[in-house]
Amino acid sequence: MSTTNHINKEGYYGEYGGAFIPEMLYPNIAQLKAQYLDIIGDQTFQEEYQQLLRDYVGRPTPLYFANRLSEKYNTKIYLKREDLCHTGAHKVNNTVGQILLAKRLGKKRIIAETGAGQHGVATATVCALMGMPCFVYMGEIDMKRQAPNVARMKMLGAEVIPSTSGSKTLKDATNDAIRDWINNPEETHYIIGSVVGPHPYPDMVARLQSIISQEIKVQLLEKENKTNPDHIIACVGGGSNAAGAFYHYLDEKDVNLIAVEAAGKGINSGESAATSQLGNNGIIHGSKTLLMQSEDGQITEPYSISAGLDYPGVGPMHAHLFASKRAEFLSVTDDEAMQAGANLSKLEGIIPAIESAHALAALEQKKFQPDEVVVINLSGRGDKDLETYMDYFNL
Amino acid sequence: MNRISKKLQEDKKLLSIYFTAGYPELNDTKTILEKLETSGVDLVEIGLPFSDPLADGPTIQASSTKALQNGMTTEKLFEQLKDIRESVSIPLIIMGYFNPMLQYGIEKFCEKCATIGIDGLIIPDLPLEVYTKEYQKTFLQYGLQNIFLITPQTAEERIRQIDNASEGFIYMVSSASITGAKNSFGDAQQTYFERIKNMKLQHQQIVGFGISNQETFQKATQFTKGAIIGSAFIKHLTENGTQHIDSFIKQIRM
Repeated sequence: MSTTNHINKEGYYGEYGGAFIPEMLYPNIAQLKAQYLDIIGDQTFQEEYQQLLRDYVGRPTPLYFANRLSEKYNTKIYLKREDLCHTGAHKVNNTVGQILLAKRLGKKRIIAETGAGQHGVATATVCALMGMPCFVYMGEIDMKRQAPNVARMKMLGAEVIPSTSGSKTLKDATNDAIRDWINNPEETHYIIGSVVGPHPYPDMVARLQSIISQEIKVQLLEKENKTNPDHIIACVGGGSNAAGAFYHYLDEKDVNLIAVEAAGKGINSGESAATSQLGNNGIIHGSKTLLMQSEDGQITEPYSISAGLDYPGVGPMHAHLFASKRAEFLSVTDDEAMQAGANLSKLEGIIPAIESAHALAALEQKKFQPDEVVVINLSGRGDKDLETYMDYFNL
Repeated sequence: MNRISKKLQEDKKLLSIYFTAGYPELNDTKTILEKLETSGVDLVEIGLPFSDPLADGPTIQASSTKALQNGMTTEKLFEQLKDIRESVSIPLIIMGYFNPMLQYGIEKFCEKCATIGIDGLIIPDLPLEVYTKEYQKTFLQYGLQNIFLITPQTAEERIRQIDNASEGFIYMVSSASITGAKNSFGDAQQTYFERIKNMKLQHQQIVGFGISNQETFQKATQFTKGAIIGSAFIKHLTENGTQHIDSFIKQIRM
């Protein structure tokens, strides 16, 4: 794959990516960079990874033709049911892969950051599975907002460490996880949850999530007699589920890629997380990408009703897809997402995560032809969001 | 000759102090610099505060957050330092993360530094490879020495590469840690300091991270040219404001 939509040898997608890290992290990042492709490509790794995805995660996840949703929007809509993965979201595809990688690197201790808690839970889960000690950094504010996930992590044997610096949310949890890695450089592996961070993380996480589009190709061939849909829609915070859903279509120009960001209370409300609309080039968490920042280069605090999209940057792959116009970027407000979540629940009997509801809300903004095939990546289930739904709809 | 290079030729162990610009009060920068010079400090690292300082522990993080709340910006710092060379003659280094410099514009940033009389930069998240490929020429053009970090985990081959690309001195991080995490040195540090000394690098080393008092200063400088105190000085500022800087410095070099 030599086209510009994939990462190059230096770790860049176009002008985005790289590894802007303090020297303290250099040995760990250099080791990962030197070994990740060989490890992931190794046959015994693939056998173990595929077996766990099948027997433990429950893959392949169904590609479900959403009949009543299709009727409503007068087009052919398929839902890729990542919400049916063990632990309730696509995040586990990555953590299963990275824990196997950590073992092969000889690491004995796992750290992770989490926002809504989904990646933290997915990490705690695979650590329990492999008997590895697990430390999850989570913003103090997020710990209060997502108390059930904190309890799940603890139940799984992980230690949840509150991040009390800065804005006390995802970006600060990420900072604290990086600091932990600086302090514990030798036996620790850092499982990043999204396609963000220094190279090789964005590419490594994208590859581990690419199982999503790999399955879509096979499943669509069965159902529609062709591998490629006309459109794929996915929500983007850091961008891991979108990276997985887009991956095998990045170079297939007949497939329209649609990335949906969280507009929060509106793009110009001052409370938004729509990075492609509000951000510009800079460096966040070791990666050159698009991020929301002040004129002075201070990283600003994003807002979204969905904690999983509440990140002030996007992964460098997405920054490149935006800049090169390979993907279309839409933004959806809190209200539009909540409405889309309610619609799917009533039309299809599926309560989506509020993150995924942002992708569904794109159906209100785009007009598709009746014979077009639209795949929406339903990245997670709504169990974790019940309290937010209850508050919003006075249930 | 660059003030840092000249200072490194002096026959003494050098004491360098780090503080965050705009802390504890927005306009303390000039006062702190003048007092540090009078009390006999050899060089100073002026911290440009950043919202997300990855390599820093809680003390420096908190000082950065406060400095930003106080209204510190890159432009504001340059304004405060405009006439600094009228009253301060020791080498001055700006230490900051790369993103605020990138937003300011690297060339413009370097030009401003040169006009003011800044001698060097420490940018923890600007890696060696990117620096040499994209920015070295500009830094050198404006007479700015770029100071690199090495750690106990840095491989020998890479230390040589860093030594080759360095100007001034090499910033030796004393142990695998963020700033302010440790306050004593054990055998592991001694071995590491000695190992680096025996490499006979082209550039002298100044040790940072974990130095807070006379004892750690002496240990750190046994095999090196000098040592840097950051978090401990920030704590002093938190407790005393800009008072008693002189006595803080004197007790380190008793």
